[in-house]
Amino acid sequence: MTAATELRAKQDQGRKAAQNREKWASVRTYVSAAVILVWCLAPAYWMVVTAFRDVGYTYDTSLLPTHVTLDNFITAFDTSFGNRFGQALLNSVFIGVTVTLISLVLGVFAAYALARLNFRFKYLVLGFILGASMFPGVALITPLFQLFTNIGWIGTYQALIIPNISFVLPLTVYTMTSFFREMPWELEEAARVDGCTQGQAFRKVIMPLAAPAIFTTAILAFISSWNEFLIASQLSNDATQPVTVAIANFAGAQPQQIPYTAIMAAGTIVTIPLVILVLVFQRKIVAGLTAGAVK
Amino acid sequence: MKTPKFLLPVATAGVLALTLSACGGGGGGTTAGSDAEQGLDGRGPITYVQGKDNSNVVRPLIEKWNAAHPDEKVTFKEQTDQADQQHDDLVQNFQAKNANYDVVSVDVVWTAEFAAKGWLQPLKDKMALDTSAMLKPTVESASYKGTLYAAPQNSDGGILYYRKDLVPTAPKTWDEMMGMCTIAEENGIGCFAGQYAKYEGLTVNTSEAINSAGGAVLDAEGKPNLNTPEAKEGLENLASAYADGSIPKEAITFQEEQGRQAFQDGKLLFHRNWPYVYNLAVTEGSSKVKDVLGMTALPGKDGPGASTLGGHSAGMSVYSKNKATALDFLKFLTSEETQKFYATQGSLAPVLGALYDDQELVTKLPYLPVLKTSIENAEPRPVTPFYPAVTKAIQENAYSAIKGEKSVDAALSDMQKSIESASAGQ
Amino acid sequence: MATELGPTPVKGPASGGTPIHHGPKGVGEDNAIASQGKWASWLLAPTIVALAIVIVYPIISAIVMSFQKDAGLDPVTGLFTAGGPAGFSNYTNWLFQQCAAPGGGTVACPPGTLGSQFWSATGTTFYFTIVTVTLETVLGFWMAIIMARTFRGRSLVRAAVLVPWAIPTAVTAQLWLFIFAFEGIGNKLFNTTILWTGSEIPARWAVIIADTWKTTPFMALLILAGLQMIPAEVYEAAKVDGATAWQRFRMITLPLVKPALMVAILFRTLDALRMFDLPYILTEGSNNTTTLSILVVNQIRQGFNSAAALSTITFIIIFIVAFIFVRFLGANVVEQQTGAGKGKK
Repeated sequence: MTAATELRAKQDQGRKAAQNREKWASVRTYVSAAVILVWCLAPAYWMVVTAFRDVGYTYDTSLLPTHVTLDNFITAFDTSFGNRFGQALLNSVFIGVTVTLISLVLGVFAAYALARLNFRFKYLVLGFILGASMFPGVALITPLFQLFTNIGWIGTYQALIIPNISFVLPLTVYTMTSFFREMPWELEEAARVDGCTQGQAFRKVIMPLAAPAIFTTAILAFISSWNEFLIASQLSNDATQPVTVAIANFAGAQPQQIPYTAIMAAGTIVTIPLVILVLVFQRKIVAGLTAGAVK
Repeated sequence: MKTPKFLLPVATAGVLALTLSACGGGGGGTTAGSDAEQGLDGRGPITYVQGKDNSNVVRPLIEKWNAAHPDEKVTFKEQTDQADQQHDDLVQNFQAKNANYDVVSVDVVWTAEFAAKGWLQPLKDKMALDTSAMLKPTVESASYKGTLYAAPQNSDGGILYYRKDLVPTAPKTWDEMMGMCTIAEENGIGCFAGQYAKYEGLTVNTSEAINSAGGAVLDAEGKPNLNTPEAKEGLENLASAYADGSIPKEAITFQEEQGRQAFQDGKLLFHRNWPYVYNLAVTEGSSKVKDVLGMTALPGKDGPGASTLGGHSAGMSVYSKNKATALDFLKFLTSEETQKFYATQGSLAPVLGALYDDQELVTKLPYLPVLKTSIENAEPRPVTPFYPAVTKAIQENAYSAIKGEKSVDAALSDMQKSIESASAGQ
Repeated sequence: MATELGPTPVKGPASGGTPIHHGPKGVGEDNAIASQGKWASWLLAPTIVALAIVIVYPIISAIVMSFQKDAGLDPVTGLFTAGGPAGFSNYTNWLFQQCAAPGGGTVACPPGTLGSQFWSATGTTFYFTIVTVTLETVLGFWMAIIMARTFRGRSLVRAAVLVPWAIPTAVTAQLWLFIFAFEGIGNKLFNTTILWTGSEIPARWAVIIADTWKTTPFMALLILAGLQMIPAEVYEAAKVDGATAWQRFRMITLPLVKPALMVAILFRTLDALRMFDLPYILTEGSNNTTTLSILVVNQIRQGFNSAAALSTITFIIIFIVAFIFVRFLGANVVEQQTGAGKGKK
């Protein structure tokens, strides 16, 4: 009894101190969050301000928007001079979604094998996959171009999708493997005892637990494909070009002029949908499924 | 002991590869075979490849051509706006012997490389093109070893912009211009700037300095010729102007746009740039030099300096199957009517000398007379199939010399040796 | 405890030579390996094939080409002719900085040739890698810890963190070039007159700042996912036990996040060692910001075979770094995985 009372007293004391600490902790959290926001958004803010500026005042350095115009956005979508920004946005979304889905499925397969199964040559496989991220990407283009020319793939979607899958797969496989290692696989076994097949157990028990990992990997894959430029600049054509290539196609009205304002408008346009996507997904998937596990 | 065994296969793959047979190869060589095999008489649809069509001149031209040639239609393949990527895209497609790249727009500095790799159809004999009305430097820049390999399409040259309100009479020589730097000092602005960041523009500015002082980067045989008093004087001009502040410190970060920005902001007395600055400097709302913009030829040693030539030519791929159509299209691109359209619609400097005196054009593009002087006195950038190596050698060493990290003598001698080594091959 | 929820730190195989493979409980080990092996090969095949086509084939063809000379100029015709076998000359060009001499033979590469830049490019690449990966890890960890907390506006912060990363690199580079211009907002805001792209230290830091800004979200996100896998109960228990925040970080967070963290650092390192777009657009490699990948691109324009040799050398350098990383720094993603069939002791 005495032990219990003592413990409670100690806990009470602890709680008060903890409340104080928590108050401070929450202040610190908000300050930190504010610093993060400024660091991440200040350069982006400059991008947006420039995007709304009249091209004749490109180099204006007033912090607040001046000479505001929508012209740059109109220019970006204007197709009369051969810009295909709208089409390119769709291409990027299509390529990004395909790459993400395929590499997630392949990555989950591979990671499951690597984390859960015992087999010979595991080291070889892991080394092989990691080795694929070691060669300078810039030197892959020439051989790839010749390979794809020979099989008539230049300018096709698959010529853009397959290299992107290969670029993100090593990271996908390694991330998923490292997370799968951490899974409480006993639950899967428990589910099987309850009559689930192995597949069902995996889908119904493990996948929800792995949601943060899968969601993270999906974002990684999508953004990496969304950002890819080098391969696309050589292997795409007018109809299949992704948005990174379309932006590189932006030209000033004069030969040597760099159309900063239009480029920044394009940057703004391609960033916003991604942020919305993340916000929506985050609420639905991460918040919902891992509410208990998140601290 | 633990060994990261998983890294082994990477190593074995490497070893394995060594035992495979070679599949790569060098450049082209000569194309043999009859006219028919080479497609010299071929007619039919072709593709025209060019970088971003900034001011929408190519599409209307092609529409016009297609209306007149329903059986030999031209398709426009538009590349990116960046020269490096245009170059790499052409190389990839030539290496892959792509027959669909029939007519390609080549930057003047790529002509020699593409010609020497055997990718461009020589424009002689049956494929000859009349160049008599064209400005001579533009023809030279489209030729390699005395043979024309591409049709000069548009030209470009440097112009000296200056502040009419502050400079009483435009300087004709470098020394005269440097003498006027006191005016800049009195007004608290920079005196002169070109483009001195380490990129292609530095090659342009360096060769201009060397050529204007009477030197040359390469001699007539394409051998480097930099250990000369003239070359030294040229580079020394830039280096000492930078050292004494006549060229402001920030100019070491200038590409075309940063220089234009400084000049339009009223922060420079003299500015070397391309003709495109004219339109922007007189129209942009932020420009402070709208009413005081002066233009003259680049200053030289005793008179007008030697501008570096810019611009593009149109070449015909040796892999094209419809070369007869392609030749007609080249003639169409260089016709007076097309050239005039380039100038009026796209502010692209024509290659036909007569157009520079065309009153209607001059009213529209007041820089044309100055540009004509500039182009007539222009020297092509070093014409060499090793251009990518030559331009790197110039940039690397000129940059150090201008910043004062290396003596002008050492920089020139290293430039010389680097170019010699590059042209020696492996 | 018989079953332990949550991850169990598993030691790598002991140095005594303990067998690495552990079969599931109660199943004959050989049988298990055989049947699991079959499963594994089906599950892994698509990944292997995808990598073989797009990565392995180009690597092998590049390696083969690296032993061919680049085309040389025939002085009579002025045309390029195929170079023929090169032996190791493309490699010595880089490693020993031996360039072709005008009269035949080789000389030390003069300043201005790409060959003379190999070692400085290697140094630059490592400098960028060490500085950016360190900064990104520390900042990323900090951001992840903040984002893992529950507070009003958390999803706003999470979305904001992604912004730098969602902007395509081509735009990012132009944006920073714009910010770092002499007359740009950077100098204006801090009232400085730094020539950001004009000399070595500012130029390198311009690249580092831009890269850190862009890529920290990658680290933060991966670490955040790792944090989210840690059950809240573990922290509660530690708090009740009176562990300080620092103790909780060191004893709980760090070990439990380590696998995810190591994967993130490993891949960031591999990527940083191949850094290209940012320095290329920001500085074009001036003032000692030429990385190995920039050198590769410059060389591709002068001759692909020699560039293939340089790529192979880069590949080997990165291989060695990965080796050291895995061997000495405990990035043992791999060996730990093998042991972790189940929540075992």
